Amino acid sequence: MAAEDLEEINMIECKNITKKYLSGATETLVLKGLSFTIKDGEFVAIMGPSGSGKSTLMHILGALDTPSSGQYLFDGKDVSTLSDDELADIRKNKIGFVFQSFNLLPRATVLRNVMLPLVYANVLKKERENRAKIVLKDVGLEESHFYHLSNQLSGGQMQRVAIARALVNNPSLILADEPTGNLDTKTGEIVLDTFQKLNKMKNHTIILITHELNVAEHADRIIRIRDGEIVADTKNGHKRIINPSQL
Amino acid sequence: MKTSDLFSETYLALISNKARSGLTILGIVIGIGSVIAMVSIGQGAQGSIESNIQALGSNLVLVTPGQQRGPGVQVSQGRGSAQSLKQADADAISQEITLAAAVAPELSSRYQVTAKGTNTNTSVVGTTAAYPAVRNVAISSGTFISDQNVKSLARVAVLGPTVRDDLFGENTDPVGQSIRIKKIDFKIIGVTQAKGGSGFNNQDDIIFVPLTTAQQFLAGNDYVTTISVQAADQSAMATMQQQITDLLLQRHNITNPQLADFSTMNQADIIASASSITDTLTLLLGSIAGISLIVGGIGIMNMMLTTVTERTKEIGLRKAIGAKKGDINFQFLSEAITLTLIGGIVGIFFGWLASYGVSHFGGIATKISLFSIILGFGVSAAIGIIFGYYPARRASSLNPIEALRYE
Repeated sequence: MAAEDLEEINMIECKNITKKYLSGATETLVLKGLSFTIKDGEFVAIMGPSGSGKSTLMHILGALDTPSSGQYLFDGKDVSTLSDDELADIRKNKIGFVFQSFNLLPRATVLRNVMLPLVYANVLKKERENRAKIVLKDVGLEESHFYHLSNQLSGGQMQRVAIARALVNNPSLILADEPTGNLDTKTGEIVLDTFQKLNKMKNHTIILITHELNVAEHADRIIRIRDGEIVADTKNGHKRIINPSQL
Repeated sequence: MKTSDLFSETYLALISNKARSGLTILGIVIGIGSVIAMVSIGQGAQGSIESNIQALGSNLVLVTPGQQRGPGVQVSQGRGSAQSLKQADADAISQEITLAAAVAPELSSRYQVTAKGTNTNTSVVGTTAAYPAVRNVAISSGTFISDQNVKSLARVAVLGPTVRDDLFGENTDPVGQSIRIKKIDFKIIGVTQAKGGSGFNNQDDIIFVPLTTAQQFLAGNDYVTTISVQAADQSAMATMQQQITDLLLQRHNITNPQLADFSTMNQADIIASASSITDTLTLLLGSIAGISLIVGGIGIMNMMLTTVTERTKEIGLRKAIGAKKGDINFQFLSEAITLTLIGGIVGIFFGWLASYGVSHFGGIATKISLFSIILGFGVSAAIGIIFGYYPARRASSLNPIEALRYE
């Protein structure tokens, strides 16, 4: 019974989620009733062309926005009806974001960037630095870079700092929005490899939003979206693994 | 978010754009600095005028001749221009007004005064032995004019310290030497103590001679220019002023007080009118400075609005990683307040420096009061809050999704 419960924990449960935007008199239905679940420890890619509604879905999954109708349960808690500040608490404690354009503070050191979420989470100063250093090592950034300003790093290094920042609060979910979009193929592979390792070795739940198949193929499961509807939800058969030796 | 974190975030944000922060602070420095300097000049002027009036003596009623009236159109030549008061009026006051503790008539005029090759143009006051008591004059060396000097038309003089400095050099003792006023030799019998004042109001740039001597040898008539009457106590001043007016009207055969050929001034009235002038001066200077303070505040608002626009993505990120509305609001407000407080502190220092410079090189008395420093601090904090509020609100109400997408 207990083992079965553990197996069946749903990190994310979406029930018939819709999102509509009003622009002037016309109402645009961006999400047309999506239902799916993502379990704890899964590595899922949400894939779709631009305009498919995948960014809108990401905002809802990331508690940056709320659905127009339907129910979104995160860790068993209904997020659909929370206030702005309650959503901020969810983001602070349970979600780590990785963005296409990294969004690091340019004139701050790597360490300071990674510690930023802990500032809002009221973590003690001493502990912040320790935790930041641990996650920076986890994402494979050399210690010599810790005190560099973030705008002195290469794109791949910046994105790994951003991943470390997403990890530092020990979130239940990591949401990566086109994390390789601003990187060349080689550094993109390194970043995706980092995600794979975090998923397999640290058991982090990761949702990867992308429009590229070869990026999506790094995940275990691919949800395809088109015009606000799920068109396919499949286990990834031919998974690309970059460093099999490390798994 | 803890307060210490708020400070370190604020520090990082301000230090990462040093030039802009510096220029914004400069605006506030100039605003606060000029308020402090201007108010200190105004209050200094007030202080020095009040102390000069107090130095005239205490509980005084001054009687001066009225205006010289021309025939037909009233061409005013100013109070005191008429010759209508005589020695006899002063004698009548001291005899008939019981409230008067002391009466000192004087005849003053400006003359060129020479001594051993040096010369100066100064005010020569002919007076009596009662003068030091009535007008708070103290002797630092020698003696003042005695009743005997007045009776005998003695050609003796008592110098004010400024005249002494001009004619004989600083800190010398000229008692026993002689000066020439209007080509007449006067023997110096004393020097008075310094009373202060400056410019046109220098109460030390003065020479005292016996009243009778001044009337006989210098003016050539027996008029007096001022009769100073000291009341026994402050409460008697108003009554005494009225009694003096009645007495002189009667003596001069004038029935309509409007046409009096003399005027009486109560010392309290002089202080009140002088301080109302300096209050206006302080207010005027302060409001001119206040305008630059407002300009500085608008500078802060402008910078903060630019910052909010520039850092839209950063705000979006901060919100994505869990910053609440209040956190963002406080951060931007704290940046604005920090800028104004730094500007305020530096401004108070520069204002102090400026007012020190004005009193040191310009010879104008200044006074930095605790009030103006508190005012400076309060105003700069208030400007930070007022002009920082709108940009901070704008930052905190940004939609995180749109802020993250902002390019």
